[in-house]
Amino acid sequence: MSRNAKINTLLLLLVAALAVLPLALGLGEGKEEPFTGADAQAETAIAELKPDYEPWFSPLYEPPSGDIESALFALQAALGAGVLAYYFGIRKGRRQGAAAAGAPGAVAPDASAQS
Amino acid sequence: MHIAEGFLPPLHAVAWGAASAPFVLHGVRALTREVKANPESTLLLGAAGAFTFVLSALKIPSVTGSCSHPTGTGLGAILFRPPVMAVLGTITLLFQALLLAHGGLTTLGANVFSMAVAGPWAGYAVYRLLRGTRAPLMVAVFFGAFFADLVTYCVTSVQLALAFPDQATGFTGSLVKFGEIFALTQIPLAVSEGLLTVLVVRLLMQSSKSDLIRLGVAKLTSGKANQEATVR
Repeated sequence: MSRNAKINTLLLLLVAALAVLPLALGLGEGKEEPFTGADAQAETAIAELKPDYEPWFSPLYEPPSGDIESALFALQAALGAGVLAYYFGIRKGRRQGAAAAGAPGAVAPDASAQS
Repeated sequence: MHIAEGFLPPLHAVAWGAASAPFVLHGVRALTREVKANPESTLLLGAAGAFTFVLSALKIPSVTGSCSHPTGTGLGAILFRPPVMAVLGTITLLFQALLLAHGGLTTLGANVFSMAVAGPWAGYAVYRLLRGTRAPLMVAVFFGAFFADLVTYCVTSVQLALAFPDQATGFTGSLVKFGEIFALTQIPLAVSEGLLTVLVVRLLMQSSKSDLIRLGVAKLTSGKANQEATVR
């Protein structure tokens, strides 16, 4: 593995560790509902601060269940990940194409097009 | 940081909407100008928007025993300057408000202000400041993304504290309460976002260095970059 790939893997491992550690260390223990979303906690806090507050508008569309909501969140992440993968795929293809064309010190086509 | 639909009093909702609107309109102009002047930017703009899409969909556990999500706005702010992120962030928030009942239309102005305006500008300011002190690029990128993420949640806390001051302790007491919910939870997530943004910029350095040079993010220093310079 190249030095670059090692650093990239290390970055991903660090992010994974940051996400898993709170779960592994049981930091949600002793809470009524461990690991609820901060957004939902804020709604609870508002109810405590101003018990008579009533939301004056409701969402036009609400996912009918938690599972559908998860599916839509997954869709959002998948759309984003798909576009990112497309971007990096195209860039890699261009570089490889330029390299295959045999230009010494191959340069991405867009860079040469500008010169 | 998504304030739920109907959870800001009408006056606050309208005020935050009015505060955000000029930033978004200015952002639309900046975005169209960028695409017209540099059509080859379109793909990278899409990638920056996609990064926000992914990161704001991921709810990650935090040390406070609750969970929250990053924003992904630091990357685009560093690459294309903050006005562009006002648009890309708004698109993301609209998607979530309309399809996921996450956030809302009445709170869109407030959510846009925190995630698509304040966060990107704060992150960009930190990034530029660090670049000015000749800090290494990746250090500046990390802290830029870190603060873009964290400031977003601090602004949300202020917005809610303004709308719902504590009966006894007023704005300050309420700010502490919302700050504990949002800002404290967000610190490890902001670190994660900083690391992920560094990862993406590293990948961009390998795949799209000429774009980064044109955008003023990377400089022509390494041997490989010099080769590109001679071609230009």
